[in-house]
Amino acid sequence: MNAVRKRDLLSLLGCVALYAVIQGLIMVDILGPFWQLNIVLICINIILAVSLNLINGFTGQFSIGHAGFMAVGAYLGAVMTVKLHLPFIVAIIAAAAAAGLLGFIIGLPTLRLSGDYLAIATLGLGEIIRITILNISYVGGASGFMGIPRYTTFTWAFFLMILTIFVIKNLINSSHGRACISVRENEIAAEAMGVDTTRYKVMAFTIGAAFAGIAGSLFSHYFYIAHPASFTFMRSFDILTMVVLGGLGSITGSITGALLLTFISAVLASYPEWRMVIYSLMLIVLMLYRPQGLLGNHEISLAIFKRLMGGVKSGNAQNK
Amino acid sequence: MDFASFLQQLGQQLINGISLGSIYALIALGYTMIYGIIRLINFAHGDIYMLGAYFGYFATAILKMSFIPSLIIAMVLAAITGMVIERAAYRPLRSAPRIAVLITAIGVSLFLEYGSMLLVTPQPRTFPAVFPAEIYNVGGLVLNSQQIVILAVSLILMLVLNYVVHYTKSGKAMRAVSYDTDAAKLMGIDVDKVISFTFAVGSALAAAAGVLVGIYYNSIDPLMGIMPGLKAFVAAVLGGIGIIPGAMLGGVLMGVIEALVSGFFSSTFRDAAAFGILILILLFRPSGLLGKNVREKV
Repeated sequence: MNAVRKRDLLSLLGCVALYAVIQGLIMVDILGPFWQLNIVLICINIILAVSLNLINGFTGQFSIGHAGFMAVGAYLGAVMTVKLHLPFIVAIIAAAAAAGLLGFIIGLPTLRLSGDYLAIATLGLGEIIRITILNISYVGGASGFMGIPRYTTFTWAFFLMILTIFVIKNLINSSHGRACISVRENEIAAEAMGVDTTRYKVMAFTIGAAFAGIAGSLFSHYFYIAHPASFTFMRSFDILTMVVLGGLGSITGSITGALLLTFISAVLASYPEWRMVIYSLMLIVLMLYRPQGLLGNHEISLAIFKRLMGGVKSGNAQNK
Repeated sequence: MDFASFLQQLGQQLINGISLGSIYALIALGYTMIYGIIRLINFAHGDIYMLGAYFGYFATAILKMSFIPSLIIAMVLAAITGMVIERAAYRPLRSAPRIAVLITAIGVSLFLEYGSMLLVTPQPRTFPAVFPAEIYNVGGLVLNSQQIVILAVSLILMLVLNYVVHYTKSGKAMRAVSYDTDAAKLMGIDVDKVISFTFAVGSALAAAAGVLVGIYYNSIDPLMGIMPGLKAFVAAVLGGIGIIPGAMLGGVLMGVIEALVSGFFSSTFRDAAAFGILILILLFRPSGLLGKNVREKV
């Protein structure tokens, strides 16, 4: 118990230190606006990837409609701050609640489907959400919701990202999380052991959707605009790519995937014509050589570093 | 709107819908065959359709060929492209998790879209008019020559496909692999060859759809494959994915529904209607209209 607390404290300290370093770099203007934007984008993408990993990687439900929930969060958050003049934190909570509620309503009927059919259904639902928003003139319709104030700062994005990782990591390590993993491993066996599979599938879907809503409201409050074209199924594919590239069922994997892919797109931004070509080729090559994702379903942890640095002796000692 | 004009409007939208739908059906056939054989949602299929349109464009506009030869050239080139893609990107992943293959398919799709954008510029191009645009008036309904060509070509291609699948040796092998890959392998069928053949046939059909769309709408661009690709996929699911007649039925239905929604309600809800129907079908008949309900065994 003590060891766990010590480790949590250490990672908390690590996060604060990381925050202080990046915030310091922003303050003294070493990181220009371009990299500031990309750091915020990395934080948002990590929230999206980790929350999608809860659905796809840990519960094993193949969802590719994450952009739809993100859109709900983006628009609802914007309505809260622009039309109702509420504070940002209320907007974020409302966005999470609305996206989560929608996830719950959508999840109940669709999670009866499995495999590819669920994927197709979620893809379709994501597009339906987008097209519905496109036709609501109250939020700007096809030209997008404009004039959203920039409330999202690095601090907001970073701490909401930490919150997401913290909540999902603890959820995975709880009995609920183990139930989710049992659904992924073998749904029939899980059901036979008394796990209420529908309940856990819907729970994972709802929580994942709620965090996507948070990411959406951060997104629209950073880019001044919420536009239906930002939330097409291509965005869902992007998030899915981050999750699969990092490794399904690995939180640190999703973080790595989001970090890597956002960073690659940022670096390639200076070659606009070649950007997507190189990006897609890298995606294909990475998948061909590492189909299980960069980390598989392992986590990066201090223990691995200790083992690497401690050499053979301690490595053997840890093997039971 | 009185009843006579309603009927006329309905008939007109049905004609438009069926011609659009037969294009969807041609794309959907490729989706369904590839899914049937390796259980892969080949997201790059819509981009093969785009490539087909460009091959057709270069054959007619640059090489000044007439319709039939350029259609055949487009189909052959697309078939080769399909086989190359399968060989290079999907075959090495045959034993990998299916989601990895799916991500690779997304990668291939992006590569084709943006690679061709690099090669042929993102500007839309005007497809040359290969037929004199004639308009026929049949009992108050307008039917143009392009629609007749689309219907005729897709009907012929579907008949040919039906013949290939049911009456040739390769077709038999295809059906065998899609029914049970391992058993087919044990019976001495070269599974890799059959998969390659399936990709070739599917891609050729998509290319034909691309050329037909070029003729119908007169405009092609490198991103034209995204939406029709997705809708053709919905059509394949609608009819029952993996089932060839299902894809034909699904495609035509999809076109008709789209035409009716844009004719009677609003064209902005066209896509939403397509996906809405998809969800309903999935919830109430997940195996599709023509699919058999397979009971899950423990």
